[in-house]
Amino acid sequence: MDLFLNNVSFLIVDGIAYGMVLFVISIGLAITMGLMRVVNLAHGSFAAFGGYIGIKAVNELGVPFPVGLMIAFSGTFLVSIVLERLLYVHLYKASELKQVLMTVGVILVSIASFNLAFGAQSLPVKLPPYLTGPVDLGFREVPSYRVFLIAVGLAMMIGLWLLLDRTRFGAQIRAAVDNRHMAESMGIDVMRLFTITFALGSGMAGLGGALGAEILPLEPVYAFKHLLTFLIVVSVAGFGNIKAVAVVSLILGVIDTAGRYFVPAYGAFVIYLTMIAILLWRPNGLFSKT
Amino acid sequence: MQPDPISPRARILQALAADPRTRLLHGHRFRAAEALPWILAVVAYFAFDTYLSLGIAVLIAVLFTLSLDLVIGYAGIATLGHATMYGFGAYTAGLVAVHFTREPVTGLFMAMLAGAAMAFVTGRLFLHLRGNTLIMLTLAVVVMLSEVANKATSLTGGEDGLRGVVIDPLFGIYKFDIWGRTRYWYVLVTLFVLFLIARRIAHSSFGFALQGIRENDRRMSAIGSPVPWRLLVIYTIGGAFAGAAGGLLAQSNRFVGLDVFSISTTSTVLIMLVLGGTGRLYGALVGAAIYVMLHHFASAINPFHWMFVVGAVLILTVLFAPAGLFGLIEKLSSPLNRRAR
Amino acid sequence: MSESPALEIKGLCKSFGSLEVSRNVSLALERGARSALIGPNGAGKTTLVNLMTGVAKPSRGSVSIGGEDVTGLSQAGRVKKGLARTFQINNLFREMTVLENVYLAASEQAGVAGDPWRPAARHRGVFEDVIDALEMLRLTDEANTVVRHLPYGKQRLVEIAIALSLKPKILLLDEPAAGVPSVEVEWLLDVFMGLPKDLSILIIEHDMDIVFKFARKIFVLVQGAMLMSGTPDEIAASDEVQAVYLGRSLEGRER
Repeated sequence: MDLFLNNVSFLIVDGIAYGMVLFVISIGLAITMGLMRVVNLAHGSFAAFGGYIGIKAVNELGVPFPVGLMIAFSGTFLVSIVLERLLYVHLYKASELKQVLMTVGVILVSIASFNLAFGAQSLPVKLPPYLTGPVDLGFREVPSYRVFLIAVGLAMMIGLWLLLDRTRFGAQIRAAVDNRHMAESMGIDVMRLFTITFALGSGMAGLGGALGAEILPLEPVYAFKHLLTFLIVVSVAGFGNIKAVAVVSLILGVIDTAGRYFVPAYGAFVIYLTMIAILLWRPNGLFSKT
Repeated sequence: MQPDPISPRARILQALAADPRTRLLHGHRFRAAEALPWILAVVAYFAFDTYLSLGIAVLIAVLFTLSLDLVIGYAGIATLGHATMYGFGAYTAGLVAVHFTREPVTGLFMAMLAGAAMAFVTGRLFLHLRGNTLIMLTLAVVVMLSEVANKATSLTGGEDGLRGVVIDPLFGIYKFDIWGRTRYWYVLVTLFVLFLIARRIAHSSFGFALQGIRENDRRMSAIGSPVPWRLLVIYTIGGAFAGAAGGLLAQSNRFVGLDVFSISTTSTVLIMLVLGGTGRLYGALVGAAIYVMLHHFASAINPFHWMFVVGAVLILTVLFAPAGLFGLIEKLSSPLNRRAR
Repeated sequence: MSESPALEIKGLCKSFGSLEVSRNVSLALERGARSALIGPNGAGKTTLVNLMTGVAKPSRGSVSIGGEDVTGLSQAGRVKKGLARTFQINNLFREMTVLENVYLAASEQAGVAGDPWRPAARHRGVFEDVIDALEMLRLTDEANTVVRHLPYGKQRLVEIAIALSLKPKILLLDEPAAGVPSVEVEWLLDVFMGLPKDLSILIIEHDMDIVFKFARKIFVLVQGAMLMSGTPDEIAASDEVQAVYLGRSLEGRER
């Protein structure tokens, strides 16, 4: 019984940690879909990109892990500004089919590029010593890496909430999500907003990619492999709904982790089935108004 | 007594019939150029007899892409789940051959039925949702089936795939030999027949109504069109054709692998269609043929380089040539056609 | 023995959130009606049309066609019962030709749009219906012109041609003259006058010229509720109606 509880608490911690990674990565996708109505299937590529440059910096240049995370964020941020101006700007008024096609193209190019630059094997992560090994919380010992993930995730959640709720920039985003034309006529430079928001969201994805590199290994086909997972989080939560994305990420993280432990034979099957059922019931996401 | 042949209405109709721009009155007529791909296919059999396996792969890909053109190109249903029906058809044909009968036409027919059934069920569940949600749901079904096929090892062979698909001689006479001679004709004739059916549908009033739905589904409802039903019908037909492609795959490879249900397969067929050009049937032909042939020769060098090229071409196509290769051909060779399509 | 009205709405109510857009609206169109619905901008006229056609569901009230309750019937279902409408802003198949636009409607009406086998060209009867509709609106010369290339006024005519080819019993025209050059409005009126006598027509219009020349009965909608209805003379003489329109510009077709 004690062992069972021990395992369960491990699973919960693991699951929440995984959920945090999902949140950090997926929130950018949710905002992009909610604000610009663009389905960026290549979102995982941005996560992988950030992961690759961040972890490479840690592994080979010996920078501290947090600095690696900063590199992951800023590198992806900059690259996504370029891509937004070059490519994604054409998708804002395009049909869903065009969006799918363009972003699938981006995925393919990214897979090939990652393979060329980093090889086909998944990138090993050299975690710093303070992140390997357990942390004693008093009543329980938990792996410090997981605790780190949860801490960073919480920090991002709070940071984002503050950004959206308390800053003028955040207010502009919320206005534009709610009613784009209204926002434009109020003098908000929507195009610039799009660029910055896209870069922010993709930057965070990059950060998430580096952050979660131990759980979601970095490999060229990363974007395809986890495509459906990110899409599930975003579509079940409802586009543009931050709190919902947080809740759904955490729940999904726990369910997926527990599922792999208790019923490995079914794998992700149950999750997909549940997602389908939820979307049939509430096509705009669980927490949407319609 | 003949009705007055020179009534104003009849005169107008005659004038329209004489005007080559009247697509509705002329589209269904066969043009000489349409025989070209089929002549090429026949010539290829004799001229490239060491490449018959590649030829068969091209023909199957053409059928698969054709089935998607009916759904996306004509009806405008944006789906990432077409591999569902394809894979279902493949496994059905394979399982039929392993467990019930090795007669190929029966297996093919069962595969088409399976594809149609799968399309009907998923269509019924999902088609009323359009846009992003539909894309995600159809993708989810493909991935889900991949999981199921992976785990149901006793049925599908799991990761190793379904093996031992042996096919009896066609009509009891023509053996499916290792050189692919019978197989090539079997696949070609099936493709030809199904293509003619697809062409017939495309030029019917139903096919035209589908294009109306694609262009403006709100207006179609306003003129009394039962839009959900029409979409379900074409989705099911597309599913049957995709199932046929999968069945042919199983029968000619004598093997079914998990990759029929992969994200890669479902996006490749979309890519082939878009590169060739949607909504023209011949675009599917051109796109699939060129893609498969190029892929065969290029990826022998390095599969990742191929991926890069495809991705780049795809991005460029979306930006600069949204009507695909066929659209480019039309634009360049049509001083007569004043329209985009 | 009195016949059921061709179209009747009783006590229709519709709210968007707390905003009441339609408040207990009732009206009836008899067979062969020539009626008009007028009211200031924002009165809820198009919403009413949406409620009649089934695009929107009322929170209360009923819609019946020929005495038969159709409140639960879909838009497509009501079209089959003989109800056709045009849109205030052109809602056409822009990449298709005029002929193709009208063919879509005519083939639907003739019941052949579900036929996946016979080539479209073989349905001679449908083409004759299409040409009839085009002739009525003098669009035969533009039959093979892509709608997108037509001037806005002509596109408006295609709107009407589509509705006519549905061979409706009831025709709802939502601001048919909007965007039509004023020199052609007179001619448009001629077309309306020439429509079949037993067709029930309701025109929603701001152009009072058309309204008073065309309509035998006028309904006045203000802020979602029916203010009054009557003959053109009664409406013109009404102080209430004058008050509603006083100081309001009759230009501006935005909604």
